[in-house]
Amino acid sequence: MPMAAEEIETMIRAAIPDAEVEITDLAGDGDHYAARVVAESFRGLPRVRQHQRVYEALGGRMGGVLHALQLTTACPQ
Amino acid sequence: MTDDARSRIDSTVKGNDVVLFMKGTPLFPQCGFSSRAVAILEHLGVEYASVDVLQDQAVRQGIKEYSDWPTIPQLYVKGEFIGGSDIMMEMYENGELSQLLQDQGVTTAQ
Repeated sequence: MPMAAEEIETMIRAAIPDAEVEITDLAGDGDHYAARVVAESFRGLPRVRQHQRVYEALGGRMGGVLHALQLTTACPQ
Repeated sequence: MTDDARSRIDSTVKGNDVVLFMKGTPLFPQCGFSSRAVAILEHLGVEYASVDVLQDQAVRQGIKEYSDWPTIPQLYVKGEFIGGSDIMMEMYENGELSQLLQDQGVTTAQ
């Protein structure tokens, strides 16, 4: 079962409360997404750690039910 | 992860300057993300070792624990985990990746 965009967004926000999350359904098939996550709490973290925090928020779904999530992370400007 | 898988991963990662764990081979990538990772390394003209995780279930699972990273491809430079294809793309586009390779003394065509 693919995941709905809202579900992805809700899980990320629940784990990273200061995150601004933007989800794009790349193929319109509910299975290939891009996510941009901007959070002040990312500041000072290496990029790998920022992505790991998002993956942790998705609780093991990444690489499983969620195959294709292009991820971009950043700190607020 | 089995000790055997860990030691095989460890010796691959530490025994090569640049290693890409991927699905398929550089000539025949089996996934769009792996294909993108290969394209980046080819553009940079860097020599790299590649491991096809589809040929080895123990490594396919083990590499995710090794780096605490849930997806493949995974790039390692001089024994250090650099990231997956999104991070590779971002670092390629802003020049960080070629800078990193240069700083690490890895020869590239650029």
